[in-house]
Amino acid sequence: MEQAIYEELAVESRLEIEGLFNEIGKEFKGRADELIPMLQRVQRALGFLPEQALLEIARLTRLSTARVFGTATFYAQFRFQPVGRNVIRVCRGTACHVKGSDRILEDIKGHLQVAPGQMTRDGLFTIETVACFGSCALAPIMVVNDSVYGSLKRSRALKLLDEIRVREEGLLM
Amino acid sequence: MSTMIPATDRKKAGTMSLMINGKKIKALKGMTVLEAALGASVYIPTLCYDPDLKPYGACRLCLVEIEGMRGIVSSCTTPAVDGMVIRTDTPMVNLARRAALELILVNHHGDCLTCTKNQRCELQKVAQYLGIEQENLDKLRKGTQILPVDKSHPAFDRDHNKCLLCGRCVQACEEIAAVGAIDLAFRGYATKVSTFGDKPIHDSICVSCGECISRCPTGALVPKHYIQPTDHVKTICPYCGVGCSIYLGIRGNEIVDVQGAKESPVNKGGLCVKGRYGLDFVNHQDRLTRPLIRKEGVPKNVSTTDIHQIFREADWNEVLDRMAQDIGLTIDRHGPDAIGLLSSAKCTNEDNYLFQKFARAVLHTNNVDHCARLCHASTVAAALAAFGDGAMSNSISDIDQAEVLFVIGSNTTECHPIIGRRIKRAIKNNGAKLIVADPRRIELCDMAEIHLDHFPGTDVALLNGMMRQIVEENLHDQTFIAKRCEEFEPFLESLNGYDLKTVDAITGVAGEKIRQSGLLFGKAKKAIVLYGMGITQHTTGTDNVKAIANLLMLTGNLGRKGTGFSPLRGQNNVQGACDMGALPVVYPGYQRVDHPGVREKFEKAWGKNLNEKPGITITEMVQAAYEGQLKALYVMGENPMLSEPDLNHVREALARLELLIVQDIFLTETAQMADVILPATSFAEKDGTFTNTERRVQRVRKAIDPPGEARPDWEIIAEISKRLGYPMDYQSSAEIMDEIARLTPIYGGINHDRLGRGGLQWPCWDKKHTGTPILHKGQFTRGRGKFHVVLDRPPAELPTFAYPILLTTGRILEHWHTGSMSHRSHVLETLAPESRVEINPVDASRLGIVEGDVISLSSCRGAIQTKVKKTHRVRPGQAFMAFHWKEAPANRLTNPAFDLQAKIPEFKVSSVKAILTVLERAVEDNKFLTALAENPAGVLASYDLTPEHRKALVDGDIASLEKWVGPLEERLQMWLKVRLKQENISEK
Ligand code: SF4
Ligand code: SF4
Ligand code: SF4
Ligand code: FES
Ligand code: FES
Repeated sequence: MEQAIYEELAVESRLEIEGLFNEIGKEFKGRADELIPMLQRVQRALGFLPEQALLEIARLTRLSTARVFGTATFYAQFRFQPVGRNVIRVCRGTACHVKGSDRILEDIKGHLQVAPGQMTRDGLFTIETVACFGSCALAPIMVVNDSVYGSLKRSRALKLLDEIRVREEGLLM
Repeated sequence: MSTMIPATDRKKAGTMSLMINGKKIKALKGMTVLEAALGASVYIPTLCYDPDLKPYGACRLCLVEIEGMRGIVSSCTTPAVDGMVIRTDTPMVNLARRAALELILVNHHGDCLTCTKNQRCELQKVAQYLGIEQENLDKLRKGTQILPVDKSHPAFDRDHNKCLLCGRCVQACEEIAAVGAIDLAFRGYATKVSTFGDKPIHDSICVSCGECISRCPTGALVPKHYIQPTDHVKTICPYCGVGCSIYLGIRGNEIVDVQGAKESPVNKGGLCVKGRYGLDFVNHQDRLTRPLIRKEGVPKNVSTTDIHQIFREADWNEVLDRMAQDIGLTIDRHGPDAIGLLSSAKCTNEDNYLFQKFARAVLHTNNVDHCARLCHASTVAAALAAFGDGAMSNSISDIDQAEVLFVIGSNTTECHPIIGRRIKRAIKNNGAKLIVADPRRIELCDMAEIHLDHFPGTDVALLNGMMRQIVEENLHDQTFIAKRCEEFEPFLESLNGYDLKTVDAITGVAGEKIRQSGLLFGKAKKAIVLYGMGITQHTTGTDNVKAIANLLMLTGNLGRKGTGFSPLRGQNNVQGACDMGALPVVYPGYQRVDHPGVREKFEKAWGKNLNEKPGITITEMVQAAYEGQLKALYVMGENPMLSEPDLNHVREALARLELLIVQDIFLTETAQMADVILPATSFAEKDGTFTNTERRVQRVRKAIDPPGEARPDWEIIAEISKRLGYPMDYQSSAEIMDEIARLTPIYGGINHDRLGRGGLQWPCWDKKHTGTPILHKGQFTRGRGKFHVVLDRPPAELPTFAYPILLTTGRILEHWHTGSMSHRSHVLETLAPESRVEINPVDASRLGIVEGDVISLSSCRGAIQTKVKKTHRVRPGQAFMAFHWKEAPANRLTNPAFDLQAKIPEFKVSSVKAILTVLERAVEDNKFLTALAENPAGVLASYDLTPEHRKALVDGDIASLEKWVGPLEERLQMWLKVRLKQENISEK
């Protein structure tokens, strides 16, 4: 799990969170056992769990902030960074590693200027890493949203990203 | 009976017998199998078990076999049952334990020899007991990632690589400290103990209490600089009035470790950051080690801090002779009442007793007072009038029994941390309900049912409003009132004026909230009011306390367990200093100096004629010095140069004295003005007693030798006394206590040898008496409890156009009063290195101030500079600042106006204005800029500006403005831009 260290939130998302919690305040009683449903509710609304939201949940449930964070990070379903419109997953399993997936990852990181778990500034991409996709025969593997790209070459990986960008924004970096 | 029973309730439950390893043993019902075994001295290896914490069952080492149960079970989570047959050391058990241990060890990285915990590590101990095969470890060990050590905290390090995930730290933080700064986070191999957001501990809500550190079984949580002590001495924490018992770990002549005493009824082993990490001031190089005499001709108001330019060292004989001579001279010339004495709430009861005896018997004056004047004088005055006793009525432990806790004017978690956490635990574990009344949104508000954020200085109206609701709903305790109180009728009538609408208008709190709190408090069968300086430090301080007394009598919340009147006393021994008669109107035990019978008793005991005229208070002494009637002042362990209100005035007053004697452990701001300085001993270097906030007299024990020639306070007093012709031949402080006991009925049964385990709570009438945990049982000390009519009055100073911000002062967790101790503690000073004034973000943006800016705060009495902290804890229009910093002495601003009954100054309300310091400097010589700063829009209207200048202003065009007023600092430019934009200046 990548470290969930937060950056300062933009003002508009702060307002968004305030609005959301006005609703949550009405939907829930504020009991400690509502923690997970609340976390899910926030993730559904915002796509991830911003720091401010976790603090609000702690206040509502009267649980400690560390407990809320601990519980949230225990479940794979929760995210702590906003997610881009396209999620790029690079396999880090042994087979893929041997076939150079680490270099692919480095390339992508450099190209997009973000670390795994993070979203690009324009909200277009999030990169993630995966332990093993279970398709080692096709190593190295990269998954873009729901499409799997096997036996991937370095140059092809970056091209894929640019294609997406062109598709979504109509321009090249 | 097969459930677990908390340790405290077990005695009632009876005993049972078990078979362990073929031996029959007895155990208390409700114990776990592990507790039963440990109780019978049967060793069972454990790592996650801690007797203070709830069983967690994480480490799987405490496994045992129990007949009739399948497989092996963890003994720490299994309740013991009568007749159980248990085996703790079978091959099968040990095999399973070894497997569990190996899993722990493969994830444990670190070299034992370089580990701080080496030889004290519980993991080592368990591994030795079970025996571990290196081969198995190698097989299991995978290249796990080494995590960075969190070294962000000045007192301890967190090394996740040595963590067993036993959860003890998490539980300690949650269950004992009641903070919840850490928890287990992430999953699988990545699981670790984490703060919120996995930030360094220093950036978390951790309050640095060290409970987690003292419970970690391994080297994962360790103090930064650990030195193994060779000796342990039990004594009392010298900081606050909670009076926690501590064990000082000593090596050589140094305090190298501090542990809370588990057997203490006060803190049960717990400590706050000051007690645990703040005692290194004792060994600080700044300690005074030799007597000092002011050099001839050096004026009182010199600005240098180089002490060698001001003072010269002298030997004790010279200093004592000279003091005796000067004091004698003053008395001859001006009479005894030209001398004032400030005793000390930091010193022992024995020191205080002797000091006031010296004043009264040797100098023939009652002019002796101490800093209780500045904190709880109003409590003493009001509670004596209402109940007949000026102290906390019940014990700290009563908090656990109450249904409702009403905290008013006390930031308990910072100022009385160990009581603060008890309040939090009572809410969490016992379902107690909390009402907080405080102008600031203090930490406790997060757990409160209701937060009443009334305007400072409107407590009487608030309380009267609540009481009227109680009466309207018929929730008052009529039997209690009829049987035990008097003067109820006029009081009842006085509530008529306090309907919700009126009270809302005065206090700024919505009527509905006041009503709800009245109902909540009124319906509770057992309720406690806890309060601090937010109540007492007002010109209406005595009235505020009387209103609290009224509330408690009205609802019958006195004289029973789980109820009571709880003024939280500030200093470690402020209760004792009051008890010892370091007050101008009473001898020890609150026996009045103007009562002929009492005086006669003391005259006989001390063999001297005594002055019948009550003395003057600190506040009056300062004024008398200023006016020239008071010629000499002898200060023992106090620092009025930072603690008094209106410091500029105090400085001038002290400078006018003919003789100022200061006895202290450091060269305080007051000592810098002294003629003679006497080096005294700290709490760790002397024997004696302190009396805590719940009237518990506890033993203070000498742990190390004093530095250089420093001497215990009582010895110094005895030496001067001897030179003034009144020998005081005490062999020890215990002997002084025996004299106190003879003359002070409430201390009648106190004796050093009787204070062994938990001390004794006064009144303790004789040597057989076991002390009094609850006052006013059945009857009040004064007979009937007296209701007082109290009507609200506004504070002496209200915000004005020129001084629009209302400033309240107080303390923060990491520092202590004037800071002569806490600023000399490495950990405390690193945690809170500089002063910050708290202001609301709304005010900050109005003033163009950003976080961390240095601003000037001024009142009509003086000005200071300090950094800013923006926070919603204070309301708009209000500011809060602690008075710990000599660089930014908040008391230069405060109002010396005092309560007429108790003479306590109004530290809690003064009007100030705030301005960015760079701006202030810039405007000093530029009238236009001044006007611009105060009212940019007004400038456009009132100044006859050229169109060019006008345009520059409207556009915020700094370059043009600079041409006009001269170069502006960068921060100032930024400020101007923001300010001009905000005012929305436009050509109309
Ligand atoms: S020092 Fe105290 S507050 Fe901080 S993590 Fe440890 S137990 Fe919690
Ligand atoms: S840090 Fe220490 S106390 Fe906390 S879980 Fe790890 S080993 Fe246990
Ligand atoms: S609560 Fe008070 S007495 Fe206890 S350790 Fe802290 S400062 Fe010392
Ligand atoms: S290692 Fe990449 S799919 Fe298995
Ligand atoms: S001590 Fe019982 S499981 Fe750890």
